[in-house]
Amino acid sequence: MLAGITLLLVCQLIGEVLIRGLEIPVPGPVVGMLLLFVFLLIRGKTPEPLYVASNGILRNLALLFVPASVGVVTQLNTLANDWLPITVAVTFSTMATIAVTGLVMRLLTGDKP
Amino acid sequence: VSRDLHFLWVYLETSPLLWLTVTLVAYQVATWIFERLGRKPIVNPVLVATIIISIALLETGTDYHTYFNGAQFVHFLLGPAVVALAVPLYTHMSTLRRTWPAVLIALSAGSVTAAISAVATAWAMGAPLSVVLSLAPKSVTSPIAMGISERIGGTPALTAVLVILTGVVGAITGGWVLDMVRVRSAQARGLALGTASHGIGTTAAMQMSEVAGAYSGLAMGLNGAVTAIIIPMVIPVLVKWLG
Repeated sequence: MLAGITLLLVCQLIGEVLIRGLEIPVPGPVVGMLLLFVFLLIRGKTPEPLYVASNGILRNLALLFVPASVGVVTQLNTLANDWLPITVAVTFSTMATIAVTGLVMRLLTGDKP
Repeated sequence: VSRDLHFLWVYLETSPLLWLTVTLVAYQVATWIFERLGRKPIVNPVLVATIIISIALLETGTDYHTYFNGAQFVHFLLGPAVVALAVPLYTHMSTLRRTWPAVLIALSAGSVTAAISAVATAWAMGAPLSVVLSLAPKSVTSPIAMGISERIGGTPALTAVLVILTGVVGAITGGWVLDMVRVRSAQARGLALGTASHGIGTTAAMQMSEVAGAYSGLAMGLNGAVTAIIIPMVIPVLVKWLG
């Protein structure tokens, strides 16, 4: 568990250092994720402590969204002023994305239920 | 007594303990409501917990900065959580070996559609530039979306809210949209939900089938990476073009 958490933090830290050093326009944790993925490819299996740590965090992923989501209290004016374009854009765009992704995947892999 | 209460409040206000505890309690109450109402996407736990906490903040006159002083300990874990997505990605990668080129193409098409359709719609309806830019990364998981938003000149706090809204819309409408365009395979349905509406869509996909859930989780992780690469290249060009 502790070794797993340490590995996650080390990957994130390297990611954060790399994006700043190389000025890559990608969030540090994404680079950390790619590094860990490459590590797993080379390693050929998921070490037990890493599995325990990542499973523990990802099982409660939704909770981690809450503090940022509560930031809504700082955005009440924006939401009150621009609620219409925001609602239409989010609804239309989300439905379009679902349709496009699903259709392209069906086109490429066929449609076995 | 009111003097004692005042001192108690001063203590609670300056310590991270109160709002950290409130965050965990509110989330568990929200999860309980979600389970009791048959896991309906409309009572999404993040949405309900956010409403509970926001009301508590407004009622007690507490500002977001004070709240975040406590809640930051939960928020911090989002970074390691994104790194941790490599594990399910790797686990599924071995079982998805044959479909990964199709997955990458469909996912990239979805990623571009998500950003461009949101930006173009909001812009056409006259939303200010900061709102338009905050909408661009709305389909990816919060920590990545907030990072992208910051880089392209959006408002990360607004993006966080839009991400949750997107997740709930995707979870509610996803099954219906996929039926309408006659996409029936569990792979394609899961991939579409995870690409368009991240973790909240993935919760809905897991209720469809195990395969749909696996593809959705994979899509959520991959789309975070793909969108983080595509948006900073595409959106500034699109914004310049729209004027």
